[in-house]
Amino acid sequence: MLKGEGLWFRYGARLPWVVRDRTLSVLPGEVVGLMAPSGYGKTTLGKLLAGYLMPTRGRVTLNKQLLPSRGYCPVQLVFQNPELSVNPRWRIARILREGHPPQRHYLDALGIYPGLMTRYPHELSGGELQRVAIARVLNRNTRYLIADEMTAMLDANTQALIWKVVLEFACQHHVGVMAISHDRPLLTRICQGHTIKLLIDSIPASLAKA
Amino acid sequence: MLSISNLGITFTQYDQGLRRKQLTVITDLDLTIQAGEVVAVMGASGSGKSLLAHALLGILPDNAQLSGTMEFQGEPLTPKRCEALRGKAIALIPQSVGYLDPLMTVGRQVQRVGQLNGLSSGAARTLANRTFARYDLPPTTRQRYPFQLSGGMARRVLVSTAVLTQAQLVIADEPTPGLHPDVVTETLNHLRELAREGRGVMLITHDIEAALQVADRVAVFYAGTTVEIAAAEDFARGNLRHPYTQALWRSLPQNDFVPVPGNQPSPENLPVGCLYRDRCAWVTSECEQARPELRFVRQGWVRCIHAER
Repeated sequence: MLKGEGLWFRYGARLPWVVRDRTLSVLPGEVVGLMAPSGYGKTTLGKLLAGYLMPTRGRVTLNKQLLPSRGYCPVQLVFQNPELSVNPRWRIARILREGHPPQRHYLDALGIYPGLMTRYPHELSGGELQRVAIARVLNRNTRYLIADEMTAMLDANTQALIWKVVLEFACQHHVGVMAISHDRPLLTRICQGHTIKLLIDSIPASLAKA
Repeated sequence: MLSISNLGITFTQYDQGLRRKQLTVITDLDLTIQAGEVVAVMGASGSGKSLLAHALLGILPDNAQLSGTMEFQGEPLTPKRCEALRGKAIALIPQSVGYLDPLMTVGRQVQRVGQLNGLSSGAARTLANRTFARYDLPPTTRQRYPFQLSGGMARRVLVSTAVLTQAQLVIADEPTPGLHPDVVTETLNHLRELAREGRGVMLITHDIEAALQVADRVAVFYAGTTVEIAAAEDFARGNLRHPYTQALWRSLPQNDFVPVPGNQPSPENLPVGCLYRDRCAWVTSECEQARPELRFVRQGWVRCIHAER
């Protein structure tokens, strides 16, 4: 279980708290939706859970242990803008090999065709690059996936395609997913068939078995 | 007011050494906008939405060649006229505060738009204040720098920059992604208001829901061409004509959430015939022959030979 306990965070000792006393957890194979207005610290919370930021107070544990500080992190974060999460001077093939190379069939399912491999990130459209960023984390060492507005920049068709692949991967490998989004129909849809935990303002607003 | 027909945009690029290649990124693009109307331009990234906006504002790079016709208020839009009209008769609501000057307070920037439109600095300041008040921006907003604004405030400041002008055509580029639903509705209402004042509004978006909330008509782009122009009601009513538009509608999470496999063809190897045929369920051998013409079917425009089914 990935668990954040009593998390507090601020960017500086004199700056206001961005995250105050949040506790939340994701079970293996579970899909948790997180929805809250701008400025509630959703993105910061995602970064804390993935080990990108260290909480000012509280702690994040994975199966009761702290996140590893070196090597491939079992909690992977996918951002809204893929341009900022890939090395602009690497070709796509190298970007995909940065962690553990994804299996062939995930590349096919995401529509990453061989012609893309020799290109640089700026030569891909936003939708193509986001699919690359996602393919990169679809491997066995990923135990939890935090999707921060992962498909907000994309058209409906690409959004459906990406989520279909990600949810299949999560189901097959028993990976826990936390989806951060403003899109209520999307969260309702992707949490279906799993335990639904639609968190609004970090308070469980609805708990149901779908 | 705005009428675009058979627009094409081709870039000349250097391939290897001095060998040049032509990259046609927009082919046969059609669109009209009337005064008082909101028209959504919808499509995946790479479908040519932003390039169209750049063409209208005359800010395409030098290696781009235009073909076809663009007319604004009955007269052709030449590069010279684009330059004269932009920021005055044609205004852009940019995508993010990244388009504002980070070192100038937003009050000064909005005031400057007024001055560039011929107002005295005093009159421009009064107008800027009035516009901020209209959008419920507290007076202290004037002294803020762009990075100090929240997402919702930033959107209102960006809308202010266009409202201040007398622009007849307002282009809003992707104003909604990643915003909270309340802010989205607010932003869209502002666009509606602009149309009510008799302006034409072009809303560039990939968000179907947002488009349908506010638009009168929706133009769907695919691989640089207009595949359908439908009334906004046609979506919920099941009166869509093009298989791609139907697929987009079905792929919404509140509908079937089922994607169509495959990719939009890249401009480097556009297929002969219909651009959508490799992903289409209705494809026949006729689709491979020629690019379908834009036709009027069931009160809307569509570029598909099987649209009657």
